[in-house]
Amino acid sequence: MYLVDGARTPFLKAAGKPGPFTPVDLALQCGRPLLLRQPFPASAFDRVILGCVNVIAEEMNPARIAALRLGMGMAMPAWTVQINCGSGMLAIDQGFRAIGEGGIDLVLAGGAEALSHAPLLFRQSAVNWFAAFNSARNLPQRLKLLGQVRPGFFNPVIGLLRGLTDPVVDLNMGQTAELLGYLLDISRESADDYAVNSHQRLARAQDGGFLDDEVVPAFAASGELFSRDNGVRRDSSREKLAGLRPVFEKPWGKVTAGNSSQVSDGASWVILASEKAVEKYRLQPLARIVDSAWSALDPSVMGLGPVLSITELLRRRGDTDLSAVDLWEINEAFAAQVLACLKAWQSDDFCKTVLGLDRPLGGIASDRLNIDGGAIALGHPVGASGNRIVLHLARSLKRLGLKRGVASQCVGGGQGGAMLLEAV
Amino acid sequence: MPLNNELLTALHSQRIELGPAAKATEAGPWQHWRLVWADSSGNEQGSGEKSLPGNGSVVWLVLDRADASVNSLNEAVLEELDSIVEQLEQTPPSLLVLRSGKASGFCVGADVGMFRGMDSAPEVSWRLKRAHAIVDRLEKLPVTKLAVLHGPCLGGGLELALACNLRIAIEGAKLGFPEVLLGLHPGLGGSFRSTDLINPITAMTLMLTGKSLSASRATAAGLVDAVTQERHVINAVAAAAAGSLQQARQSRFASLLAASLRHSGWLRARVAKRMLAATGKKVSRRHYPAPFALIGLWQQHGGNRTAMQAGEIESFASLVTSATGQNLIRIFFLREALKQGSGSTDRIDPIRHVHVVGAGTMGGDIAAWCAFSGLRVSLSDTDPTMLANAVGRAAALCRRRHRSRAQNRDILDRLIPDCTGDGIAGADLIIEAVPEAIDIKNAVYRDIQARMKPGALLATNTSSIPLETLRAEIRDPGRFVGLHFFNPVSSMQLVELVSHDQVGTAALDRARVFINDIDRLSVPVRSSPGFLVNRVLTPYLLEAMLLLDEGVAAATLDRVAMDFGMPMGPVELADRVGLDICLAVADTLEEQLAGAMPAVPSWIREKVKNGETGRKAGRGFYSWRENGDPVKGDAAEPPAGTADRLLLPLLNTCVTCLREGIVTDEDTLDAAMIFGTGFAPFTGGPLHYARSRGPADILAALETLAQSQGDRFRADPGWQDLQAVSPR
Repeated sequence: MYLVDGARTPFLKAAGKPGPFTPVDLALQCGRPLLLRQPFPASAFDRVILGCVNVIAEEMNPARIAALRLGMGMAMPAWTVQINCGSGMLAIDQGFRAIGEGGIDLVLAGGAEALSHAPLLFRQSAVNWFAAFNSARNLPQRLKLLGQVRPGFFNPVIGLLRGLTDPVVDLNMGQTAELLGYLLDISRESADDYAVNSHQRLARAQDGGFLDDEVVPAFAASGELFSRDNGVRRDSSREKLAGLRPVFEKPWGKVTAGNSSQVSDGASWVILASEKAVEKYRLQPLARIVDSAWSALDPSVMGLGPVLSITELLRRRGDTDLSAVDLWEINEAFAAQVLACLKAWQSDDFCKTVLGLDRPLGGIASDRLNIDGGAIALGHPVGASGNRIVLHLARSLKRLGLKRGVASQCVGGGQGGAMLLEAV
Repeated sequence: MPLNNELLTALHSQRIELGPAAKATEAGPWQHWRLVWADSSGNEQGSGEKSLPGNGSVVWLVLDRADASVNSLNEAVLEELDSIVEQLEQTPPSLLVLRSGKASGFCVGADVGMFRGMDSAPEVSWRLKRAHAIVDRLEKLPVTKLAVLHGPCLGGGLELALACNLRIAIEGAKLGFPEVLLGLHPGLGGSFRSTDLINPITAMTLMLTGKSLSASRATAAGLVDAVTQERHVINAVAAAAAGSLQQARQSRFASLLAASLRHSGWLRARVAKRMLAATGKKVSRRHYPAPFALIGLWQQHGGNRTAMQAGEIESFASLVTSATGQNLIRIFFLREALKQGSGSTDRIDPIRHVHVVGAGTMGGDIAAWCAFSGLRVSLSDTDPTMLANAVGRAAALCRRRHRSRAQNRDILDRLIPDCTGDGIAGADLIIEAVPEAIDIKNAVYRDIQARMKPGALLATNTSSIPLETLRAEIRDPGRFVGLHFFNPVSSMQLVELVSHDQVGTAALDRARVFINDIDRLSVPVRSSPGFLVNRVLTPYLLEAMLLLDEGVAAATLDRVAMDFGMPMGPVELADRVGLDICLAVADTLEEQLAGAMPAVPSWIREKVKNGETGRKAGRGFYSWRENGDPVKGDAAEPPAGTADRLLLPLLNTCVTCLREGIVTDEDTLDAAMIFGTGFAPFTGGPLHYARSRGPADILAALETLAQSQGDRFRADPGWQDLQAVSPR
């Protein structure tokens, strides 16, 4: 099972109002040039799978709408998958396993998210009032109901905030990062340093042309051009980040807007091909997909998801040390959360009691992890991020001539997913 | 964006609901009509004269011309209708359903060919009276008549439908009166039946503009009583038979207004005055009398059916036999001829994917137009900003054309900005639209040829470089053609299809079909400096510059040209095209034709150097307002002979082009100038104009001008041939 090509849109920072693209628009922006450069027709695919968390009302089953708008033919089966922050990776995983089962040779697997299009919702109290008003039969009843209107009815709920709050443990994602930082003793300074690094790495990757084949420009109907990830702050510094106030747990928290991932719009696709398709169309794979693992844990420490799923991946192979892997992409939901994962693998106690290992799995060198920056600089369009890290890992392995790589992300709701790639 | 939709095609295959007429074995003795009776349960009961219908019976009358794929009206069709109506008068059904048996639509109107060469107004009006009598007879038939309309329902087709009591439109139907575009107005009762049925102002607007209405807009206007889909036609007919399908009602205000307009001549005069003013802004009465005649007709007789009917017949007869009418009818056929072209279109693989290289104004707009016309398009440029601008312009085009949201989305989805030129590999046609420099073009050709698929067509949009020069770098010159689009692409209908000494006919045929598919008109021209349109326009524009030099005001020059019938004057045209572009074309022609053109005045070069390049710069010969209109002074009385000074260089060059074989024949040249430059259509085109004025007269005028102005007015030797051969 090969990952033969892939492309994504620039990740676009949400600017407080709906951006120029819906999730399907984004999928189209990177899908069209990707399909255009293939030596086979778009109708040659067997299946389209797209991860998308915040599906907008006009685009139920965005995968199918994207497939049709991409001109892949009426006969293209397409479905949308949702596992929150891991959706874009789950799409790849499903395609990978479907090809493994046989009978299917080409899958277009992606992730798309337009967080700027997240809806404003009426409060439940307002919805109840509307229902009552609509069923009122006469004028006196209506007048009476009009008297019950409260200013709060017009105070909308921001759908995105609801989505980023875990209903089971009643903590928002930022709070789970605060908790992890506390439990694994991650300092504000180390989190800020990590964030500065993310921006610098992305800037370097942009300047060095490392993203040139991966990122394709997006063109809005307004004539606006979006050619690069626009969340990067080239002037980011420890001092600047130190000045920011906590956003999730005021006033003493450590998680700020500066050391968290950004709210963004973006989409990413990869093309998965069987051995047969590679031969038939003489494709040149970027990487081979070897395995994947999904794990789950207490939602209040969802940020440790990667630790569980990566450990599971290594255990299946009999690896006892993280050094068995050459390159890592761990999605940067929060700086504190990534640092907590790294710390967990180095902790005797955690490895023994939680992972059931005799000895810690060890550390990951900084120059092997998120080498071209991550969601803190790029943004985290939730449905797309899992797809992006797999695509970028495959390209980075190729660029650096390395053998083995793992991409992983934590998943809101208390899960983790990881995928192991090998260079071909 | 359905690509492979065989499933729906297999299930649907453009079915038309014809009730019992679909299966009827016997449908009467007529060539163009079928008449089938149904019993109350909708089954076929019999047909023709033998049937004996009972009460409550429905009869389906299907127009299905024997000798055409599209329904149109001529005398044979109407005479048959007369005999059908006569039969129905004897055994009247309770409901008559009138519809077309053609998938192509209801009826596109009168057979225009019928009007060709008509020169006797009394004869025309005698024949029209007969046609009116037949439609009147249908209208008076004492049964409910329901017209079911799909596709185009235009002109005479709509007039026939208006003689029915009820009309249902199938979604996608287009209703309108396009007669005015042929220099005519409705002539089969449309003027009084439409103003009788709906708000007279709406009806007049329809007839005066020639624009057609969609099914839903036609309902809003009251022209049809319901809109539905093909799948509900049977139930709609049943509803009409049961009497539950009502005529659309106008709002109280609208019917009050309509009644007042019918009864008050004073009110009509007020409204007619405004209509005259609005029409006068668009066309001149001298050149296009039809809309003015129609307004006069309504003002005088509105509300009086008998008088209006008689007036319509007289007016139509005089219009159709006038020079303007005959010239515009000729142009209608020239257009049809351009669409059909020479050679067959069978077994030509249509272009499905176009790749355009170069996202400048031309390249970007060509790509947008192709996407708008339903093709898949990739557009490449080394500068993504240019691609973004092109996408922005395509979106603006969609907004201007008022397509639905879904259609706009599909159009923009089909237009793929391509930063790397990957689209070349899959394209059936690659159009090069990069700057006019041979080395740039050659570099682009090398890249394209390394990537294009076998059998694909390569085209250039060059306007000034001879194809013989460009083909030097082309590996397969047999598949290399010129596609010269004009700016703005979305409104200029003409595309010059440029050939050269090594091009293959298959490539030319395929390119012609492509131009047809994107709803443009192709004119085959031989590669030569400036091809046809620019070659002919340049001496005209340069002469205008010389006249400016002599102190004639720009507004005066433009007025002279517009009085002749041009859509805009030469000075405004130069500003709109861009002075830099005009200059480049003039210089290239000067260089390639070695001295046949007058020299460009040096102050124009200065202007261009200073950035005063015309409309796009906000300043050229005129200064231009923000809204894109020029600031023009008042036109003065022009010096005597100004019109000839402008026009004769153009006519003279037309004759040169004809003599040199750049175009094949006079008709094609006339059509190219009308559709490519808007050359006064009512004159029938430059050569038609020359012929009606008389080549001898023009030769004399050229001779006089050559003496006073110099050699540029030297008559082309081709005039002798033109004199020798009489027009067809």
